[in-house]
Amino acid sequence: MPEVILRATDLVKHYPIKAGVLRHTVGHVKAVDGVSFDLHKGETLGIVGESGCGKSTLGRVLMRLEEPTSGSVDFDGVDMFQQSGSAMRRLRRDIQIIFQDPYTSLNPRKTVGDIIGEPFEIHREVVPKGGRKKAVQDLLDVVGLNPEHINRYPHQFSGGQRQRIGIARGIALRPKVLICDEPVSALDVSVQAQVVNLLERLQREMGLAYLFIAHDLSVVRHISDRVGVMYLGKMVELGTEDEVYQRPTHPYTQALLSAVPVPDPTLRGKREQIVLSGDVPSPANPPSGCRFHTRCFKAQDVCSVEEPEFVQRPDGAGGHRSACHFAEVRQIVPTSDIPTREPDEGRGSDGARIGAGAPPEDVPAPGVDERGVIDPTRPAADYQIGHDDVAPEPRDRQS
Amino acid sequence: MTEQAIVETAHSSDANPVGEARSLGADARRALARNPLFWISATMIFIFVLMAIWPSLFTNTDPTEAVLSQARERPNSEAWFGRDIQGYDIYARVIYGARASILVGVFTTLFTTTIGAALGITAAYFGGWTDSLISRVTDIFFAIPLLLGAILFMSAFPSSNDPYFVVVFKVVAAISLLGWPALTRLMRSSVMQVLPNDYVQAARALGASPWRIIRSHVIPNSLGPIIVVATINLGAYIALEATLSFLGIGLQPPVISWGVSINDAIVGLRTTPHMLFFPSLFLSLTVLAFIMLGDAVRDAYDPKTR
Repeated sequence: MPEVILRATDLVKHYPIKAGVLRHTVGHVKAVDGVSFDLHKGETLGIVGESGCGKSTLGRVLMRLEEPTSGSVDFDGVDMFQQSGSAMRRLRRDIQIIFQDPYTSLNPRKTVGDIIGEPFEIHREVVPKGGRKKAVQDLLDVVGLNPEHINRYPHQFSGGQRQRIGIARGIALRPKVLICDEPVSALDVSVQAQVVNLLERLQREMGLAYLFIAHDLSVVRHISDRVGVMYLGKMVELGTEDEVYQRPTHPYTQALLSAVPVPDPTLRGKREQIVLSGDVPSPANPPSGCRFHTRCFKAQDVCSVEEPEFVQRPDGAGGHRSACHFAEVRQIVPTSDIPTREPDEGRGSDGARIGAGAPPEDVPAPGVDERGVIDPTRPAADYQIGHDDVAPEPRDRQS
Repeated sequence: MTEQAIVETAHSSDANPVGEARSLGADARRALARNPLFWISATMIFIFVLMAIWPSLFTNTDPTEAVLSQARERPNSEAWFGRDIQGYDIYARVIYGARASILVGVFTTLFTTTIGAALGITAAYFGGWTDSLISRVTDIFFAIPLLLGAILFMSAFPSSNDPYFVVVFKVVAAISLLGWPALTRLMRSSVMQVLPNDYVQAARALGASPWRIIRSHVIPNSLGPIIVVATINLGAYIALEATLSFLGIGLQPPVISWGVSINDAIVGLRTTPHMLFFPSLFLSLTVLAFIMLGDAVRDAYDPKTR
């Protein structure tokens, strides 16, 4: 197992709810409520969950854009929340963020050169003054933009190009960890593929670790080595991409996966779909016991009383962490993984999966046409690029 | 060539041409240059400012030369706008009166905008009790009517024999003292709209200092509304100065100002209306010019109206 670069322990972020003339606190919105995970060097950890489950707040707390209510983050051996002043500033060189909306993440009154050059202005020791313009142009080149556009303004670029500018700013200081807060959610499907490919290439070249926050299950599956599922401020399931997508043990994960559309007409109607009733409960007043019990199809009396521990639970093949009293494997997505990686690519020296390799020229990846554009009519789960060790057999025979 | 490399090269080459570098400011200036309203108001303001700086360019007559034998004369070829009750040439006095009005307008705008912007940014950026304190003090000052407050201020510090600039700055101080709250509120709200933007968060994530964030991200993006309102207010301050002078507590003779001239003309309101007409006309035109300029600037800088 590669080295752990970032370890979050029991992260909690509560926002006070104030009311009355005196603005006294009447309760707390429990946006993130006890989340622990490890992020290894060079890997991608995907975080999925529906709107309001706290995944963006988690990213902001990890960036220390918000101070956590409690909990700690160990970043490369340093307790992040104990740092102040110049030590924190130094630390920020190693952990950066890219944002969801490329239209608000770039200052409209600054040129692209100013935007990408700002990290060098703040951390003057990184690049000597004379070399900054060159460094910015190199970054533009790295993210696939024309280095001559250094004097353009953000509004002259398209959404995908703007997101590339945001990525260039994020990687300018050569961080070790990049938090991607829904980096492709605001983009067209075709542009999503380009940005995801760019992120994968950067990971391969720079050895970045990604915390990839998204709500699109197929994108997360495509890019992630491990996946964490969040529900109402808690992590409910965490495992490798295969474990979570093929052997989910938590009923919420199973319900999420069953909602992934399968446009294959032959499978229509044959697939089991778990439809959850009701809405997500308010994070200001979460249900007792297991937070999911109000909507769970497996819920029993014990669920509303006792909170399930987030521990290793059997999944038919080793087991992974999940928070359910009645965790058991349930096959949801009928996927057929095709090994599409060239033999010389694959796992890097550190053992982590470093980016998806390109398919051999003669075998186009399913769901991806010749120009590399994701075909939205193909099964979403099909365009994920499989691991070498997953046999290309039909799913039902494998598990 | 791997597939993803193809995608990326394709993307960068077929990217829609972005054209030459155009800043939002350059776009706004271009829109401004196409607006006839801007050119009309700018020309008028240019003339009035020229009058204020260099009145002898417009007239050779001494505005303090009283020809009592010709007092209340109607407009004629010698005195274009006629003469007032003291026998002063009204044309000369209108020209020389521009200086006081422009000075009061410009400096009051400068002071109120600076105070308003500084307090507004501080309140919005730091929030918490700083915000509460500034907002409540703003509310208190906002509750005092501007004209009433200015009258009280001027009565408390009467100016009888003070030199010209002291008198002018007393009026500036009186209006500025109560003029800033509206601008503070405006600035506070526009800064609060800028702060949640991801580019501010990105700067924080990079470890930028508050001063750097305010200087390079907050101010450039929140200054638009306050510039527009300040331009419109400039006209209003000139009118207010005239009001105070008319009431006899603003600028006072021997200072020459439009408000003073209007006050002097009241005695002959029905018999010699030209004494009232010309200073009033110039006052109205100046106020109109600044309000028109404010409108033009707003149209140019507010993308929603384009």
